[in-house]
Amino acid sequence: MAANNQPESGGEQMSQQTLLRVIAKMTIPFILTFGCYVILHGELGPGGGFQGGVIVAAAFILYGLVFGADELRRRIPTSIIDACMALGALLYAGVGLACVLRGGTFLDYGMLKPDHAGDGEALGMSLVEYGVGLTVASVMVTIYLMISERRATLRKGEVS
Amino acid sequence: MNNPVLILDVFLLVLVAATALAVINVRSMLSATILAGVYSLLMALVWTNMHALDVAFTEAAVGAGISTILLLGALVLTKRFAKREPTLHLPALLVCVATGLVLIYGTSDMPKFGDPNAPIHTYRVPRLLDQTVGKHESAAPRDKGHPHEGHPDDDFNGHASNTVTSLLAAYRGFDTMFETTVIFVAGVSLLLLLRRRREGDPGVPMSSSTKRGEP
Repeated sequence: MAANNQPESGGEQMSQQTLLRVIAKMTIPFILTFGCYVILHGELGPGGGFQGGVIVAAAFILYGLVFGADELRRRIPTSIIDACMALGALLYAGVGLACVLRGGTFLDYGMLKPDHAGDGEALGMSLVEYGVGLTVASVMVTIYLMISERRATLRKGEVS
Repeated sequence: MNNPVLILDVFLLVLVAATALAVINVRSMLSATILAGVYSLLMALVWTNMHALDVAFTEAAVGAGISTILLLGALVLTKRFAKREPTLHLPALLVCVATGLVLIYGTSDMPKFGDPNAPIHTYRVPRLLDQTVGKHESAAPRDKGHPHEGHPDDDFNGHASNTVTSLLAAYRGFDTMFETTVIFVAGVSLLLLLRRRREGDPGVPMSSSTKRGEP
């Protein structure tokens, strides 16, 4: 392996490779589907919000690696990712508050459906897992976007 | 020694140890990153062999997937090869070996591997599998209501059939909520520290070249 230390623009170079682009475009939908399946299926089988969120984030990061982080930033605006980060945590706490409002204790999921406590528990756990998945996925994508940035400050006149 | 599970475990653990040694010894950062991913994948296989599927899932997704990718992303910004370090640090080696020996000595007190009468299988797990442990008296009783119409009896009566998720989301619900909050706070602090900001925005220092009036 030759020692080339200069940080070449990996994003641009990688996006020139047809094989990578085609494979990435073919696999990303499947990775996303699998990640969503893991989140949605978390209370029934192995997996859950954390694992599924990481898998969903991996799909976005793969897109960023192959097509460049700027392209990824263009596809999903950072404001949406920021909002999803907070929404996930809010969803979790909101489910807990909903249980309180329905007369139970905090995070007493059975109270979501008082006449079918078992159903309520499954419903509450699912919602909570969705919240975890949303937060984890968006934070992971954020970490990748932050790492891939070269310089913290934009000079005047530069476009991000 | 003719237990196939045990043989597979020993085989995998030898591979894990070899990978760990390789991660330490290799000087190319790229190789070390990929080897760390291999390490996580092997550990995921070990967990699968122990039927800890949720842990295996997390290890494969986080250890082998995301952390490898993030390390690769960080690698672009740094050098490709590690500096040569002094080969042997005797006090550190002694501390590591001593800690390892103490840990191995500690395992001698544990029940035999796979023993069905071990406390872990008798003391609390039956109640955990019933998903009744830790329920407050005022909580909604689970057996209220009736099973789904048209579902077989073993459909867990509507509650979460994955015990691990049930424990994480219900029994340790507060714990998981604040774990999520920790991840959220990590993301927010990352944004505050590293987000690209434009010069001239409030709180953003001017870079030296602009101060000197260069274009």
